[in-house]
Amino acid sequence: MRRGCAGRRMMAEPIRIHYTVTGDDFTQAGTASADLKSRLRTMGFPADVIRKVTISLYEGEINLVIHAGGGEIEVTVSGDRIKLVLSDSGPGIEDIELAKREGWSSAPDEIRSLGFGAGMGIPNMIKYSDSFDIQSTPGVGTVVTMEINC
Amino acid sequence: MNTDELAAKCGFRKLTEAPPKEIEGAFAGDLLSWAMSRVSRGDAWFTVMGNLNAVAVAALSDCACIVLCHGSALSQDALERAVREEIVILATEEPVYNAALASGIVNR
Ligand SMILES: Nc1ncnc2c1ncn2[C@@H]1O[C@H](COP(=O)(O)OP(=O)(O)OP(=O)(O)O)[C@@H](O)[C@H]1O
Ligand SMILES: [Mg+2]
Repeated sequence: MRRGCAGRRMMAEPIRIHYTVTGDDFTQAGTASADLKSRLRTMGFPADVIRKVTISLYEGEINLVIHAGGGEIEVTVSGDRIKLVLSDSGPGIEDIELAKREGWSSAPDEIRSLGFGAGMGIPNMIKYSDSFDIQSTPGVGTVVTMEINC
Repeated sequence: MNTDELAAKCGFRKLTEAPPKEIEGAFAGDLLSWAMSRVSRGDAWFTVMGNLNAVAVAALSDCACIVLCHGSALSQDALERAVREEIVILATEEPVYNAALASGIVNR
């Protein structure tokens, strides 16, 4: 019997999970991340893998809420990796290199007063995922793709 | 030291009646993206952020407790979420630095 990284039995089929994130709703922000975290725990993934997934997805989810007017999250859980695809039809990002920079944020004051806007969300995603890609077209939207290996 | 013992040692008020959790380290800061990546499982998190998003970060990071400093308020929706998710929230009038120092927690 082949075994996945977590010592679990290799999944026969990848599991797909979909979340819809509502824009500008700070009462629901983080719900998808919390749900995925508890599912991965139930599936027996190791704590360090869950932590990486949780941080990466949380930052992406919050960006959908704050910057994009909401969006969609597609999660694919396989035995050896977890793939996260976050897509939105928001304003897009003019300068992606700038957006990736630690400390750069376009968040307005009222968002900052909630504790967001450190400009560390994308840097966290880059740091905690094993592969990170961001595609964005101003006026069209943004797609962030991340993979976490286990 | 667990969160009940921390509360007793430093005179922090307990805002939730969640079961005590063992403390293994500490983090101080208010910016949520910093906290999200730096708060480790079992940490006491010293902050002035008492909103729903701080409670969400506390839950996601499995911290031992939030220590709400400077007499900062905990919002009603944050309190309800914390009670539901059994997150320990302690409160003090002390500034973040003083509260963290008084705790005596040392990060390995
Ligand atoms: N999905 C998105 N749509 C449009 N703009 C985005 C999106 N995601 C990020 N951005 C832009 O990239 C910037 C940097 O994002 P990042 O997550 O690193 O920081 P932040 O969200 O501003 O602050 P923090 O995540 O630390 O709370 C944002 O301020 C915003 O301008
Ligand atoms: Mg962000």
